[in-house]
Amino acid sequence: MGPQMSPTGIIGPPLKSESERKLQDALKASDEGIFVTRLNDVVAWARKNSLWPMPLGTACCAIELMATAGPRYDIARFGAERLSFSPRQADLMIVAGTITKKMAPALRMIYDQMPEPKWVIAMGACASSGGMFRSYSTVQGIDQIVPVDVYISGCPPRPEALLYGLLLIQEKLQRGGATRKG
Amino acid sequence: MAIVVDRRIGFLDRLYLPGILRGMWVTLKHLFRRKVTLRYPEQRWKFPEGFRGVPALVKDQEGRTKCVACYLCQFVCPPKAITIEAGEMSNVVEKYPEKFDINMLRCIYCGLCEEVCPEQAIFLSKDYEVAGSTRTELIFDKERLLAIGGMREDPIMKWAHK
Repeated sequence: MGPQMSPTGIIGPPLKSESERKLQDALKASDEGIFVTRLNDVVAWARKNSLWPMPLGTACCAIELMATAGPRYDIARFGAERLSFSPRQADLMIVAGTITKKMAPALRMIYDQMPEPKWVIAMGACASSGGMFRSYSTVQGIDQIVPVDVYISGCPPRPEALLYGLLLIQEKLQRGGATRKG
Repeated sequence: MAIVVDRRIGFLDRLYLPGILRGMWVTLKHLFRRKVTLRYPEQRWKFPEGFRGVPALVKDQEGRTKCVACYLCQFVCPPKAITIEAGEMSNVVEKYPEKFDINMLRCIYCGLCEEVCPEQAIFLSKDYEVAGSTRTELIFDKERLLAIGGMREDPIMKWAHK
């Protein structure tokens, strides 16, 4: 392919990949221009490769989360170097474990203390849907309390499954750009 | 009786340099050791024989779905993740599952469904990467479960002799 003309008249280098083609299509649809869209992509790339998780671990899934943070399934390879326990310094909340109705207001408070942009992973059966515990004391899925971006199935999910969920969040981030969808 | 020993430390020791260098040497040795990290998407762990992954339905070598909708797995499932609706067939195998859903967000991967099935129709595969963005995306229906399970050779074929 030769050099491409974009709608704004800039002659760019030859299109190399699928993402470049998508960029050109997006430019035809929007009138933002190449610079701002590229900036969005760069900021999204920087954000996705440095997600600092806040591990809200309540039960057994927290053990698998600790294993994922260990040397064998290193979560730091994906940028999640610092698992902060302070929500004010985190951008990804990993809810790992059963959330009871007693814990629910605390969960909401911690979610509210996180600064935007923030994402939530519901790790395991209990956090995603109440899991095995269909009881009067367990919240049947944390999406009743906080908006969830990725649900990971498992009881507990393997560390590799958690890393797969993290990769899904990274993809979601890259598609959505620098700001969260809502 | 306590004995007081007058230890004079040298100039270098007072700068803490030997201590710092010894610590750095310990860290440097790890750079040249074999790493224990399993680099996830590229490298996978070889799972042992009994590993319990995603439940899946199987077909026999004639292409028939082995499940006969007896509801045993739905009954034994601890979190009640399985939902079955039976349909009627007009041959010797009278029932088949018209609807067979497993809610993967409820499944605890215990393997009781595999253990209790009288037709050996449901097995736990070695898949473990199950994640999605919505709850409905993670309810596996019959087609998806059959696709994961594939075909399993049945040496007995008991319905052929009924």
